[in-house]
Amino acid sequence: MSDNANMTIYLKVWRQTSAASEGKFVDYKVDHVSPDMSFLEMFDVLNNELVHKGEDPIAFDHDCREGICGMCSMMINGKAHGGQKGTTTCQLHMRKFKSGDSIVVEPWRAKAFPLVKDLVVDRSAFDKIIQAGGYTTAQTGNAPDANANLIPKTIADEAMDAAACIGCGACVASCPNGSAMLFMGAKISQLALLPQGQPEAPKRALEMVKTHDELLFGNCTNHAECEATCPKEISIEHIARMNREYTKATFTYYEKERSAGA
Amino acid sequence: MSAAVSRYFSSSIGRKQLIALSGLLLCGFLVTHLLGNFLLLVGAEAFNLYAHKLISMGPLLYVAEAGLAGLFVLHLGLAIKLTIENKVARGQKYYVKNRTGRGETIMSASMPYTGLILLAFLISHLIHFKFGPHYSTDINGVIVRDLYKTVVEFFRSPLNTAWYVISMAAAALHTSHGFSSAFQSFGFNHGTWTPKVKLLGVVYAIFVAGGFALISVLLHVKGA
Repeated sequence: MSDNANMTIYLKVWRQTSAASEGKFVDYKVDHVSPDMSFLEMFDVLNNELVHKGEDPIAFDHDCREGICGMCSMMINGKAHGGQKGTTTCQLHMRKFKSGDSIVVEPWRAKAFPLVKDLVVDRSAFDKIIQAGGYTTAQTGNAPDANANLIPKTIADEAMDAAACIGCGACVASCPNGSAMLFMGAKISQLALLPQGQPEAPKRALEMVKTHDELLFGNCTNHAECEATCPKEISIEHIARMNREYTKATFTYYEKERSAGA
Repeated sequence: MSAAVSRYFSSSIGRKQLIALSGLLLCGFLVTHLLGNFLLLVGAEAFNLYAHKLISMGPLLYVAEAGLAGLFVLHLGLAIKLTIENKVARGQKYYVKNRTGRGETIMSASMPYTGLILLAFLISHLIHFKFGPHYSTDINGVIVRDLYKTVVEFFRSPLNTAWYVISMAAAALHTSHGFSSAFQSFGFNHGTWTPKVKLLGVVYAIFVAGGFALISVLLHVKGA
């Protein structure tokens, strides 16, 4: 904390005023960076200076700043969330860098995530995938007893691993193909593993994959770069489960014509 | 075509399973091809008789050839479409391209390129041998094509041999990702089995591509 307390960081940040305008990289020098700051707090320092100078601050997404909301999307030196294992940008600390380092910061790049401004992209394509089937339509009524549905611990743990997805989009950003299969695999797995999600599992798999493809996400080619950058360390085992669910649904599920009231 | 069928054949998962299936079947073909090629090391008569037996199959051979061509066209066509779609899905490219080192490998990243090398190889391979110089020889009173002579003459050239070895290196890279990747595409992923399947894919790649390359080098050394 002594002589290291004042780091100087050289940033190359993507600036773009709107989706329609031309973007470019702008160089910034940030002084007075504490090694205990998060990457986002370093941006706060820079933006503070920009505001004081009367310049437009850099737009970036952030919310909880404790690694659970999935907002802080930044490609840092070519790695989603900076590439530190199991870490979001807000939990990435400046002590991981050296004073004098040059860092390139870019927004997520994906056709399905149109740029809004600077480092902010529109990730509502994820919402559309969820709307296509990432839910259950069971009438819940009052909250059921906690032990009304008995689920083995191994299954509950596996579903929880999938449910850890915060929808940050790092999988899409780091996938060489811009595919959202890890996100979708996690959501499909989470529900397919549990009894509440199983009745609608086939339809869910078919509808969500269809929507994913329509939104111009890429196709998975099993690089596993998503798994490596996922801040929640979600495994591509969930992509495999989605592939199974999809295959099963394709070859076993169809809606029969039924007369009303039958 | 019913809605379910067209949905499967147009979906990202359906198409990658078709690429996986055709790829695995082509992997199977390579093994039989390699076993046949080992006869090149046994001698001219053994190899020519084997080739003659294949040609003598008549209509069956055409069915097999059509099947192979179909698999290949399916595999290639879908893979090209997928690669183009994936480029479009990225949109603007990253200024800095950096990988974690825990996901993408040289094998997986080079799939489209090794695939194109294999396409070029396949075309040249058919021109060199199937539609290559036609010699005849007499085995126990039967006139058969002397394919052995065509092969030996071809590998006399160091350039031809080098091209074959390079192509087989591409085949090794391509199949060492493709083989195990196919299992993931079908949804087979298991803590115990997946590492074994990955290892099997690498063993397959080394055995098959290494086998073909070794035969061409041995023939070159013998013929030069």
